[in-house]
Amino acid sequence: MVLAVGMLIPVGYVVATVLELGWDALAPLIFRPRVGELLVNTVLLLVLGVPTTIVLGVGGAWLVERTDLPGRRYFSVLLVAPLAIPAFVSSYGWASAIPSIQGLWGGLLVATLAYYPLVYLPALATMRGLDPALEESARSLGLGSWAVFGRVILPQLRLAILGGGLIVALHLLAEYGAFAFIRFDTFTTAIVVAYQSTFAGSSAAALGVVLATLCLVLLVIEAGARGRHRYARVGSGSPQPPELTKLGRAKPIALAALVVLGVAATIVPLVSVVRWLGASDAGVFAEMPAALLQTLLLAGGGAIGAVVVAFPVAWLSGRYPGRLSKWLEGPYYVASSLPAIIVALALVTVTLRLVPGLYQTPATVIAAYVIVFLPRALVSLRAGIAQVPESLEEAARSLGSSPIVARSRVTVPLLVPAIAAGGALVALGAANELTATLLLAPTGTRTLATQFWSAASSIDYPGAAPYALLLILLSIPAVALMFTQTRGRAR
Amino acid sequence: MNLTVIGVSKCFGSTPVLDAISLDVAQGSRTAIVGASGSGKSTLLRLIAGFAEPDEGRITLGDRTLAALGTSVAAHRRGIGYVAQDGALFPHLTVAGNIAFGLPRGGGAGRTARVREVMELTALDPVLADRYPHQISGGQQQRVALARALAPRPGIILLDEPFSALDTGLREHTRRAVIDALELSGTTAVLVTHDQDEALSFGDGIGVMVDGRLAQAGSPSAVFDDPETAEIAAFLGAAVLLPAKPRDGVAECALGTIRVRHDRSNGSRVALAMVRPAQIDLVTDAPGANAIVHEVRPMGSLAEVSLLAGASGAEHPAVITLRVPPHQIGDLRPGSRVAIRVDGGAVLYPSHDAAYVADEVAGDVTGDATQPAVA
Repeated sequence: MVLAVGMLIPVGYVVATVLELGWDALAPLIFRPRVGELLVNTVLLLVLGVPTTIVLGVGGAWLVERTDLPGRRYFSVLLVAPLAIPAFVSSYGWASAIPSIQGLWGGLLVATLAYYPLVYLPALATMRGLDPALEESARSLGLGSWAVFGRVILPQLRLAILGGGLIVALHLLAEYGAFAFIRFDTFTTAIVVAYQSTFAGSSAAALGVVLATLCLVLLVIEAGARGRHRYARVGSGSPQPPELTKLGRAKPIALAALVVLGVAATIVPLVSVVRWLGASDAGVFAEMPAALLQTLLLAGGGAIGAVVVAFPVAWLSGRYPGRLSKWLEGPYYVASSLPAIIVALALVTVTLRLVPGLYQTPATVIAAYVIVFLPRALVSLRAGIAQVPESLEEAARSLGSSPIVARSRVTVPLLVPAIAAGGALVALGAANELTATLLLAPTGTRTLATQFWSAASSIDYPGAAPYALLLILLSIPAVALMFTQTRGRAR
Repeated sequence: MNLTVIGVSKCFGSTPVLDAISLDVAQGSRTAIVGASGSGKSTLLRLIAGFAEPDEGRITLGDRTLAALGTSVAAHRRGIGYVAQDGALFPHLTVAGNIAFGLPRGGGAGRTARVREVMELTALDPVLADRYPHQISGGQQQRVALARALAPRPGIILLDEPFSALDTGLREHTRRAVIDALELSGTTAVLVTHDQDEALSFGDGIGVMVDGRLAQAGSPSAVFDDPETAEIAAFLGAAVLLPAKPRDGVAECALGTIRVRHDRSNGSRVALAMVRPAQIDLVTDAPGANAIVHEVRPMGSLAEVSLLAGASGAEHPAVITLRVPPHQIGDLRPGSRVAIRVDGGAVLYPSHDAAYVADEVAGDVTGDATQPAVA
């Protein structure tokens, strides 16, 4: 209960801002040309970016999962690789290689390349779980390849597309670093600028209100589009491996498309980082261990915090699904959908006004990580708890273990992988987090992300390269984990 | 240890699940509880195991009261072994780790020896000891679950549909292995199942559950040969149920005049006669032919024969279907006349039990018979 209230801080901050400033004070801050400009930018980014990532993600998943494309296994890994490259690093890679990339088109290019895997992964997982018998039935009813894709596969992918699309949209709203590099203004970049000039002033707060409203609108749209549809496999029997679609003459085109995508999303940023690395000053490397340690401490704290906070809710919804657990999950879900910049503004305001002792402390940074990355821990734990049926605890009790002993000898050991996976995913997010860290971290904090940022944003490209590389290397295990989880889920 | 259940009732919300169940399971015996799904049999087992508490009644094991109004011994202090439907093996432990789970920790060599002992008892190959549950077959998993439950030498073992998830061939084999292990260790056991044959072949006692009540209990042969109601008769196995007129220890029905072995009709003028298909013989070239072959359908190792019984003058002629080995068919073909002989007499029920007569079409009564009539 207390935790659920804690999760509501950012939402409460937005509501309190509106109430405190009042409509008369807010209106002139909101209805001005600058906000209109930002709104156009942000909406264009969403309207163009989200469909592009869906096409790239679903198309890629279909090509590597359901066609006779040569080298599909390698492509299936290559397509997920951009997840290991933080969007701001990818943006740095492109901007430092081709300085003319900027504005809306630059932002679109960088963001879609960085975020399409968020659609690709769920689409891949769903496609693996689809019953090929449905496709076979459709073929026997006279449908061709395209018709099968459009009328049988695509409808079943709806939840994956909506879920993935929503996550991409929320990321586009929340992204700061990637867009700041190429001088593309969105609400988030504008809020950071406003914050830096006027601190937690009312103009930053007003922009925050608009941004939070956009997020809530997206949540409502997604919930409405998802409706109450559920797709279940009817009947039993082991599914046959699917027959692969023959690409025929389209094969070279598909192959070329995936190669271009892989080069643009993964190879260009990597080559760029490695190229600058050659010019890096030896002094940079000496500072790296300290930054690595701070990053690990903060990200580790965030991971532990998120697991601790997520556990009771995951346990409730796994073991006692009902209204209470739904009610508890709500605030977690909404709070975690808000961009890190709003979470950061909320925590700055709350700590300054209520508990000044916590302002600019590691505890506040960790609290922000917990709020922002909680869903990663929640999803992982919930899946883990669902895999430990109560019958196992009963078996332990019939063998003489008291309920507590049964849990410690059976349930907890079985949950270790889920806890580790959830923690790792939170830690990955936290290590790559830039916006909230910049706003909340105590003066003198040097994480890999902030060090990268301070070098890169002052056009010290060689000085940023070692941090970029380390961030990528640290991300690889967690991305590999996500990828194998996706593979495992369907089987 | 002997288990006693007295007047146990249980409701889930306002839905009664168990209604005043009383049951005695003698020390060292094996009892099967059989019932359709939803009859409350699994709930009864969970009450005995201690995973739920009865609303009313009393459960004792040996001289200990496990559950009575207001008091309940926790599941882990009952000393009752439990084998779940899916085995519920701990996936993070090896076969040996699973079996040793309930043994005192730090037992050292004694522990290892006991694991080896129960693995031998349940016919588990010792090389399996280091495998994980997902690396062994379903039948082996169930035997590991039994070995795990047997290891701490519980006073009684409860088995909740332990074979239902297995393929037919594997099921027979595993059932044999489980019965042998229980026999060898002399463990008291209660099995819950929806499979009549499994229940009838399990051991010394059988209880039939219908809608939350224990409708009949006794030895398997007594219950099978003399079911208390036509419903139980039909549930326990293939039964031919025909309208009949009782008269001085015999009954007249489509099969002819048959001796009455048990009369449960309460003296009503019109009754139902029940015989098992295995009691029925078809005799060709014999006097007194009273049935006409209607159809002969080969079905592999058996053949299905439909007969119009009571063709010559019976009050209620009926179509009955029997499965017989092909060599008995001989030159039977549609239109052949045969005599029906019934061996061992019929059980009579009141005719209002007629709901359990299969397919009543236009005055004809079809007794469906799935067991071969052996000559």
